[in-house]
Amino acid sequence: MEAVLFAITAVLGVAGGIGVIAAREPVHSALGLLLALLSLAVDYLLLDAQFIAVLQVIVYAGAIVVLFVFIIMLLRATGEAPRDRSIVSPGVAGVLGTVLAAALLVAAVTARSPMVPVDPAYGTVQHVGRALFRAYALPFEAASIALVVGMIGAVALGKRAQIVVAAPSRTGTAASAQQPAARSVAAGTAGEPRS
Amino acid sequence: MSVAPPLYLALSAVLFTLGTVGVLVRRSALIVFMSVELMLNAVNLTLVTFARVHGGVDGQVLVFFVLVVAAAEVVIGLAIIVNIFRARDTVDVDDVDLMRG
Amino acid sequence: MTYVVWIPLLPLLGWVAIGLAGGRWGRRVVAVVACGTVVAAFAVGLALFSSLSALPPGARHVEVDLYRWIAAGPIAVPLRLLVDPLSVVMVLVVSGVGALIHIYSVGYMADDEGFARYFAYLNLFMASMLTLVLAGNLVVMFIGWEGVGLCSYLLIAFWFSRPLAAAAGVKAFLVTRLGDVGFLLGIFLAFGVFGTTDFGVMTRDAASHLPLGGAAATALCLLLFLGAIGKSAQLPLYFWLPDAMEGPTPVSALIHAATMVTAGVFMIVRMHAVYLRAPLAMDVVAVVGAVTAIFAAASALVEPDLKRVLAYSTISQLGYMFLAVGVGAWGAGIFHLTSHAFFKALLFLAAGSVMHALGGTTDMRQMGGLATPLPFTAATFGIGALALAGLPPFTGFFSKDQILSAAFHHGDWILWIVGLVAAGLTAVYIVRAFVLTFLGPARSVAGGAHGAPEPHEAPAVMRIPIEALAVLTILGGALGLSFTQPGALAQFLAPVVGASGTEPVGAGAGSEGMLVSTSIAVALAGVIVSWLIYRTGTLRGRSAVVRAVLAHQFYVEDIFNAVVALPARGLARAFDLFDREGVDGIVMWIGRTVGRGGDGLRRVQSGYLRQYAALALLGVVILLAYWVSR
Repeated sequence: MEAVLFAITAVLGVAGGIGVIAAREPVHSALGLLLALLSLAVDYLLLDAQFIAVLQVIVYAGAIVVLFVFIIMLLRATGEAPRDRSIVSPGVAGVLGTVLAAALLVAAVTARSPMVPVDPAYGTVQHVGRALFRAYALPFEAASIALVVGMIGAVALGKRAQIVVAAPSRTGTAASAQQPAARSVAAGTAGEPRS
Repeated sequence: MSVAPPLYLALSAVLFTLGTVGVLVRRSALIVFMSVELMLNAVNLTLVTFARVHGGVDGQVLVFFVLVVAAAEVVIGLAIIVNIFRARDTVDVDDVDLMRG
Repeated sequence: MTYVVWIPLLPLLGWVAIGLAGGRWGRRVVAVVACGTVVAAFAVGLALFSSLSALPPGARHVEVDLYRWIAAGPIAVPLRLLVDPLSVVMVLVVSGVGALIHIYSVGYMADDEGFARYFAYLNLFMASMLTLVLAGNLVVMFIGWEGVGLCSYLLIAFWFSRPLAAAAGVKAFLVTRLGDVGFLLGIFLAFGVFGTTDFGVMTRDAASHLPLGGAAATALCLLLFLGAIGKSAQLPLYFWLPDAMEGPTPVSALIHAATMVTAGVFMIVRMHAVYLRAPLAMDVVAVVGAVTAIFAAASALVEPDLKRVLAYSTISQLGYMFLAVGVGAWGAGIFHLTSHAFFKALLFLAAGSVMHALGGTTDMRQMGGLATPLPFTAATFGIGALALAGLPPFTGFFSKDQILSAAFHHGDWILWIVGLVAAGLTAVYIVRAFVLTFLGPARSVAGGAHGAPEPHEAPAVMRIPIEALAVLTILGGALGLSFTQPGALAQFLAPVVGASGTEPVGAGAGSEGMLVSTSIAVALAGVIVSWLIYRTGTLRGRSAVVRAVLAHQFYVEDIFNAVVALPARGLARAFDLFDREGVDGIVMWIGRTVGRGGDGLRRVQSGYLRQYAALALLGVVILLAYWVSR
């Protein structure tokens, strides 16, 4: 039973991966990504990692892919225009990829690690939560700070320029956009959208 | 428990390779980014597999953190891409070459 | 007696002060400082003389160590000064004549814009020369030796914008350098034989360390003599001295007549104990001296330039001094050194007055009849001339006669004859110079100095030193008075050079009287012959070939050019080529290759994200493959 499920997820996952890298339209790539992610979620369940599986669906499939799609729509990104000269030829990429895959597969199949039996409480929310709040409390707090920083950064980066810069420079928009955001952060109005 | 760990690892390897090839071949910054996410997920699978093999939960905790950081990274990365687009009106990675020596 | 250090130190400080600040001081201050240091050194020398005389004769050997300079295992070279009768005599001569010339220079160089630079160099020279004569070992002497060589170069080429002067300076330096190689090798050999170059030790241990007539002693003496040949302008390294007359006349007087060129003679007297162990070397010294004496005298005969005549005269008289030390007459050699310093400096300074009066010309063919407008100069020049010719009662007579009789009594009567003939020639050429310059019709075209229409005597500041030197010339003979007993100078030097070197080895007053009469007769004959030729016009006409050969100094210099100078230049060119193409080529090639490598590597920085990713992946793959394979 598990074997069948694994087979299905494997196929779907690889199909999704190929879709990501091979699709012409970015939206199709995003859908491929979604497929791959969801297959992986099932894989996690097969591996008794329930909490992670749920997180995968909520965070990755639910938030990140949505964000990707949102940006694709915002930028109205379409397919890539063909180029005469490619920096990295598909041939080189193919060779490197093959070698990489070979190395990793060899490593994979020669791994002599039989699975140990675990109790039913393995991988549950409580199990992982207990580890998070006891042994890994400090990284946990650090991660939350990382998220806050990410939020602030995103807001700062996303702002449009409010000060007209005389000479447009490449990083002009970003730099000048950061400054009013930084001042607003200092004033303690982080996170609130400014009109 | 009838699926041996090597199979999961093999799947992870394939996905990782696919993501790498995608980074190398594609020119659109968004797609490159998505390939990177693919690679991250492949690594996550490896971590979960080994966590299950050893019966410990540390691998899953690490996956948790990878997830968190990946989320933050995607947010910032997309913000940067948006800014590049605003400045250059393109998301082609090859056009961002001012740092050439 | 540590205050002896002030003798070389005062002029050294003078050099530093004038060198650093002389440009900003007025001429008066520079002159006072420069002359002051030398006069002060002379005063200290007098004090030294009295201190030394207060000691019993056997104890007149005081070593003053200033600094433990080199102490490397068995080699120890302290910065040592030696105070003994010989060094005191030299100090007095050098600083005394030097002070007079400094004063003279104040007037002579009054119009020159390099006034301060001149006196700086002159003070440095005094410091070096005084170090040389006060040295307690060969290494310290060498310091002074090189110092005077440097100052000689600097002062010969003082008017360096004149190509002739610049070339003369370089020539002087290089030729004496050649001799210095011998000197250095001699120093090394001395270290090998004695383990030290200390004069006291060498004098004491010469007999025990050096077998009589052995190779070591001979080599050592000949090597050191090579240095003396260069520095004292003996054959064959003499030809820099006539050209050195391009420098200011006081420089010629001081450096190239009275002091520096006598350093070689002084050195041999210092090392007399060693030389006594090498009779062959002493013979070589005597022969070289005698040959040089006659050769240079002959060359002076056809020289039209007044200063060059005096230069050849100096070379010839130095030959006499080497003849003296070559036959073991150390005291006579030093005596002649002293008297020569007096009358040669007198002659040069008088010649300087002539040049000053005529606006700088030295060609005797453009002089003549100057006795009327320049009576003082003519008189003093005449005194010096008579002294040089060796006529009594001037000092030159006494000193030269002592040398000739020493040669005779040493058994070398060939050398005695050569010396006699040279003395005759000396009388001829100096009278010739006097006649051409001061007597006869006035041939001078140019006016006087300072644009004055008539030549006039020099100012007092130049006349007084000349007067002083004239007095010394007249009275100096007293130092060597008496033909059967050692003179005052010889007695003073006896503790240093031993009694045997000073006595006129007289086999009774009779033979001595015959020798003396012969010398006087030859000198008188020379004077008369010269007078007849040049003043009255009889005995004219000599063959052109002889004149040509003499004029080219027997082509010695041309031979030297072919044998030494041209091959050396070729070697230098070869090295230059090697350096430019070979060494530089390698260096440039390295630079070019690095640059090209950099250019190549630069292409990695393409700015393309995916290329970077690809390269990173390549690295990862390699690592991975390596790990997996284990």
